[in-house]
Amino acid sequence: MTQASFDAKAARTRCQRYRRRILDISQRVSALHIGGAFSCTEIVDVIYNELMRKPGLSSPDTFLMSKGHGCMIQYVVLEELGVLSRADLDAYCTPHGRLGVHPDYGNPGIEASTGSLGHGLSMVVGMALAERGKRRDGMIYTVLSDGETQEGSTWEAVLMASSLKLTNVVAFIDNNDFQSLGRTSETHPSLYPLGAKFEAFGWETAEIDGHDPAAIYRAVSSRKGDRPLMVVARTTKGKGVSYMENAPIWHYRSPSQDEYAQALRELETQA
Amino acid sequence: MRNTFSETLYAEATANPDVYIVVADISPAGSMAKFSSEYPERFINVGVAEQSMIGIAAGLALKGCQPFAYTIATFSLYRPFEMIRDDLCYQNLPVTVVGMGAGVIYSTLGGTHHTQEDIAIASALPNMQVLAPCDPLECVEATRWCARQKNGPVYLRIGKAGEPVLTAQAEPWQFGKLRYLRRGSEICILTYGVITAMAVEIANKLTAQDRSVSLVSAHTLKPLDREGITAALQQHRHVVVIEEHAPQGGLASQVKQIAWDVRATCRLDTFTLRDAFIHNYGSTSDLLAAHGLSPERILATIG
Repeated sequence: MTQASFDAKAARTRCQRYRRRILDISQRVSALHIGGAFSCTEIVDVIYNELMRKPGLSSPDTFLMSKGHGCMIQYVVLEELGVLSRADLDAYCTPHGRLGVHPDYGNPGIEASTGSLGHGLSMVVGMALAERGKRRDGMIYTVLSDGETQEGSTWEAVLMASSLKLTNVVAFIDNNDFQSLGRTSETHPSLYPLGAKFEAFGWETAEIDGHDPAAIYRAVSSRKGDRPLMVVARTTKGKGVSYMENAPIWHYRSPSQDEYAQALRELETQA
Repeated sequence: MRNTFSETLYAEATANPDVYIVVADISPAGSMAKFSSEYPERFINVGVAEQSMIGIAAGLALKGCQPFAYTIATFSLYRPFEMIRDDLCYQNLPVTVVGMGAGVIYSTLGGTHHTQEDIAIASALPNMQVLAPCDPLECVEATRWCARQKNGPVYLRIGKAGEPVLTAQAEPWQFGKLRYLRRGSEICILTYGVITAMAVEIANKLTAQDRSVSLVSAHTLKPLDREGITAALQQHRHVVVIEEHAPQGGLASQVKQIAWDVRATCRLDTFTLRDAFIHNYGSTSDLLAAHGLSPERILATIG
């Protein structure tokens, strides 16, 4: 796909549909990680629907959700792709279901078990090495949280990916500026500027609006490709629902019936 | 033993292009230099970064490779423990974590380099398999098995250098089965790993006293050969466990548990490292003695 043919409107329509589906599922469970799923909705959508070749079980490319708590968006995308079933998502977090709060390796479309932060990027490096060693051209995509960049293990992997010149790694930071105890920029101001740190570690970097599908696509499609790519995506936690946006309580909570109705109305007006 | 490991791994890597090794700034000498020069894409040095060593090995395995992760035992198992638990064991990936120089082999480096609890810790993990060869020949068998198996993760505890060959005449090595290095009827010594050389010395002295001694390499600590241990408890008057490991969660405590479960009536003595950090320096024998593990003391107790 060329930049000119990128259909941003279609991407926005998909993302609206994904958010609505996540809200539907939220009414079946007492809590889910809705804020962090909404902050990376556009990123995950573009990865699957615009960047990965043949998205689904036969794709030569791989997506690993390093910020495992954001996997609701991955589930709904995999549902639309036909990899997971509607019954799978309807049984989310129930005794007769197979999908839980964090992605589990072995479930269709789930390439690695995550949930504990700071594990994903090292596994991405290993996957990228395997692709190179097997003379395959598979790309490895991943999404990290900004809080995850506080894990020392993340920086071990950052160092290795560039040292090994893994050009088949594309990573995103879902930089929603929130972690459990506050704004990341306030608890760890030295983390910023974030992009410059990856640049200093030898990565190609881009900083974009993480809710702009065209910008997400452009950041990847226009990369030089001689190094791993880190896209620092500015996002809003709980994006799309006014009362959830930048409200830490929506990290892990299900809306009430009234809140659910309001959320649906707000999403409709954004169509 | 580390040279034997690297020679065997080189041979396996030559036969199988999916064999990788990820090391953390420590490399077995000898054939590993040949490995890294002939297969540079499959020899990955992460530097002093053990967490990514395990994560990278997991990523390789998720794409169908057969990786080994290698460094000094304390750093291969303890530092990246959660990566071993989640990335390897939870996902049940065929990655071998090699703990080199386990026990108190690094006898002058202090407690930071002593690996006293690894068998208990590794054995506590679901899906983990635990191997501890007693000599270079068993190390060949164990390494070869690790390179070819697809069951799941393995913790492979090996020594360092200079271990004598003890198993040239022994029955064939078999994963998950006790291996008799000699068979007798009165006393049975169960042991594993590098300290088996001390057990051989003890067995020789007992034999010289006309005692009938079995000597067993319990090279597979998990899954432990419960049937084999039960038989040993039932077929000998006196069972002795000697291990270079803390008293909790290693072979000794498991043999005691089996003995209770099967209502064994034999005499049972166990000799382990103490449940303590010691601040002694010297040879490995010196440190073992400081922990209470010496042929003289063990023979005196056996009587």
